[in-house]
Amino acid sequence: MSDLETKPADGVAAGSQVNPVENRFTERFSHILSDLGKNGIFIALILVVVLFSVLTNGILLRPQNISNLIVQNGYILVLAIGMVMVIIAGHIDLSVGSVAAFVGAVSGVFAVQWGLPWWLSIILSLLVGALVGVWQGFWIAFVGIPAFIVTLAGMLIFRGLALVVLGNANIGSFPTEYRALGNGFLSNVFGELELDPLTLGVAAIAIIALVVQQFRTRKGRASYGQAVEPIVWFVAKLVLIAVAIGFFAYALASYKGIPITLIVLAVLVLVYGIVMNRSVFGRHIYAIGGNLHAAELSGIKTRNVTFWLFVNMGFLAALAGLIFTARLNLAGPKAGDGFELEAISAAFIGGAAVQGGVGTIGGAIIGGLIIGVLNNGMSIMGIGIEWQQAVKGLVLLFAVAFDVYNKRRSGGR
Amino acid sequence: MTDMVDAPLSDAPLDGGAPNILEMRGITKTFPGVKALQDVTIEVGRGQVHAICGENGAGKSTLMKVLSGVYPFGTYEGDIVFEDKIVEFKDIRDSEAEGIVIIHQELALSPYLSIAENIFLNNEQRGAMGLIDWNKTNSEAAKLLARVGLRENPTTKIMDIGVGKQQLVEIAKALSKRVKLLILDEPTAALNDEDSDHLLNLILHLKEQGITAIIISHKLNEIKKVADSVTVIRDGKTIETIKKSDVTEERIIKDMVGRDLEHRYPDHTPHIGDEILRVEDWTAHHPQDPSRVMVDNVNINVRRGEIVGIAGLMGAGRTEFAMSLFGRTYGSKISGRVYKSGVEIKTRTVSEAIANGLAYATEDRKTYGLNLIDDIKRNISMAALKKLEKLGLVNDGQEWTVANEYRKSMNIKSPTVLAKTGKLSGGNQQKVVLSKWIYSDPDVLILDEPTRGIDVGAKYEIYSIINKLAAEGKGVIVISSELPELLGICDRIYALSEGRITGELPIEEASPEALLKLMTMEKAR
Repeated sequence: MSDLETKPADGVAAGSQVNPVENRFTERFSHILSDLGKNGIFIALILVVVLFSVLTNGILLRPQNISNLIVQNGYILVLAIGMVMVIIAGHIDLSVGSVAAFVGAVSGVFAVQWGLPWWLSIILSLLVGALVGVWQGFWIAFVGIPAFIVTLAGMLIFRGLALVVLGNANIGSFPTEYRALGNGFLSNVFGELELDPLTLGVAAIAIIALVVQQFRTRKGRASYGQAVEPIVWFVAKLVLIAVAIGFFAYALASYKGIPITLIVLAVLVLVYGIVMNRSVFGRHIYAIGGNLHAAELSGIKTRNVTFWLFVNMGFLAALAGLIFTARLNLAGPKAGDGFELEAISAAFIGGAAVQGGVGTIGGAIIGGLIIGVLNNGMSIMGIGIEWQQAVKGLVLLFAVAFDVYNKRRSGGR
Repeated sequence: MTDMVDAPLSDAPLDGGAPNILEMRGITKTFPGVKALQDVTIEVGRGQVHAICGENGAGKSTLMKVLSGVYPFGTYEGDIVFEDKIVEFKDIRDSEAEGIVIIHQELALSPYLSIAENIFLNNEQRGAMGLIDWNKTNSEAAKLLARVGLRENPTTKIMDIGVGKQQLVEIAKALSKRVKLLILDEPTAALNDEDSDHLLNLILHLKEQGITAIIISHKLNEIKKVADSVTVIRDGKTIETIKKSDVTEERIIKDMVGRDLEHRYPDHTPHIGDEILRVEDWTAHHPQDPSRVMVDNVNINVRRGEIVGIAGLMGAGRTEFAMSLFGRTYGSKISGRVYKSGVEIKTRTVSEAIANGLAYATEDRKTYGLNLIDDIKRNISMAALKKLEKLGLVNDGQEWTVANEYRKSMNIKSPTVLAKTGKLSGGNQQKVVLSKWIYSDPDVLILDEPTRGIDVGAKYEIYSIINKLAAEGKGVIVISSELPELLGICDRIYALSEGRITGELPIEEASPEALLKLMTMEKAR
């Protein structure tokens, strides 16, 4: 905290008191505390994982189950990425489940009924999703109808259209390449081995890239004179994350390798992480959610931003629909049922604010994983769907309540 | 201290009891890391109007929160003696039960409810079976409205009356609670001169009825008008209490800032160059009711290095003019021409206006100026992200450097640029807003009420910034409802009334009287 200029009188005037840190210990300690606050959701995920590993006698952390966790929740995580962006901008999207079902059905028409090549079917389906987004974005951004209403209507419209496209029947037997989106693994590239070397190699590269990137960010901040966390805490955190990635990779490597769904997710998290953290578009989303009027008067084209946000959401809903359809190898009328609620829950558990302006992609992913572990753990334990629903509802409520309590304690709004 | 203190008990005025209705003795209030109040003592005489003065952040509001129970007993040190007994308020209900009512700067009224409903909110007038008796509610409300001199139907919705009248509704609400001590936190901050006068007279009128008042205010002239004594607080400490007869502006200012303010306005020697902005025949209509002309054929110009004032009463169309000019953010059916350095430009959207070198700092920085949940850094860069952008990505490090430079050059009092703007004082928030617009490299800045709700010291800093902008060759338009401010900093002043420019005075010819005459000039009908 080299840039701290502590002026007591000014501190009072500004009303923003920074407690002068007395020594290295308290400095370090306060960092850990503030990090615990910030990473509360991460710790919650760890707790949930530990809890269910115990309750399921370790089945939760078996290689096959870890692989399943990703594949089973991939589509929710994809939706959560788009949803948290929409929520940060102060909107909501209730239609994503129906849009996923609609696009799944349409892709069935393309890939099965019309027999188009798998890649063309996927591209066309994603385009349909984006067009759905254009439709909803138009009403929300340019006509000014609240997103809640437009997407509630969309929920009905696209569920209905999905049924129309399906014509009271399921569409099944998709091409193998298409199905890989939900079921495929990248493995055995180097032959059949006990541990897939590709998976381990990718994990190693990921860990190295993460460490390098973190150290570069830290160095960059320090060179601009910004405060950085103590090196001990910084390294400890990196080691913890590296161990987690390593364990995860080991589990995947000893099962079937890297799920295609995971590759898709990794690319999305990387790209959208940069969009939200570094890009002008991301900044505009936070600005709109934080104060729409101020954003408008600062020259931000708020309508355009909102419009593209919903186009993007339509695109991601389509992708989620494809992954789900691929996984079941079936486009059916019940597909996507309740997806919107899981995605919205993921965003809120991950720390997004109902009023907008606050939230992160990482938070939404972790929120989605918490829901995934809950689903998966309770299923292994043989708990019925009725209790699963109730438990998930309570977790959502408590997560947000904890967040609100935390903010109030730290004097936030 | 006050003239009441030395009076023997037998001389107690009005309804008996001790001469002081309230004594706060040795109040100390600590927040983590900061002593907000340190051994503050004030004594308020029964039936008196007592003013509390101090810069923003001096501790006035904290003191009032201690008094009204927002900070409950036990979280502060010292004693509160109200009507001769030590009181220990657990919350605001406790203090209201004793007859202490606080009216905050931000009014606590529900816009969609009627005046009467608001007055009796949480104190509903009930009839048979516990149901609300609407006749009683409205007739009681009408009586209270008469007491505060507000001629409105009790069933009118709050959103349909102006801020000045809303303030009166708040006072009526306080009266309904049988208030003994009325605390007003900057009651005239959002009011025009006429409404302010009415309010101040009402306070004097209530005083005659035996209601004691504490008024927190920045405005020295109104303190002189209503207060029987003034306590000045600085940095959480009482500096002194001054009797009415001894009150002078100089003394209060000196107490508040801890130094002499020889000049309330910094010296400004204009170096006026060529015309930089000319607006011709600017007309704008009401956004919902296009038949109402809000801005009527306005013609103004600004030259390089010139500070031009726009004076007008509330509702004269000052903000409406500025916002309709700045990217058509207000109004409908807007027409007129804008020239920059003689070349016609368009300002149809905010981004077009910014690209053409205009900047507009709003009068309401919390609602329209800042993203309060985001930090100083991102607020400063918000209007000019393009300057930090490369391939769609924002250069974080450069942004941080820029923000830090502004933090230093504008003297934004915060240890880091990562502090949330919502936690800054009004003056510092305003500096963030100005930084944001200066960073967008404008040629002409329109500053709408740039010093509203800001304390004396910070005002001086803002004026210095305005001077510096003019010295750099920019054109500055200042919109203000405080005439002394316009007279103190401008080179030329336009008067606006009912949407029309009714006159233009160079500073040498401008006087409050001349301007007021122009500002109240009505349309020939």
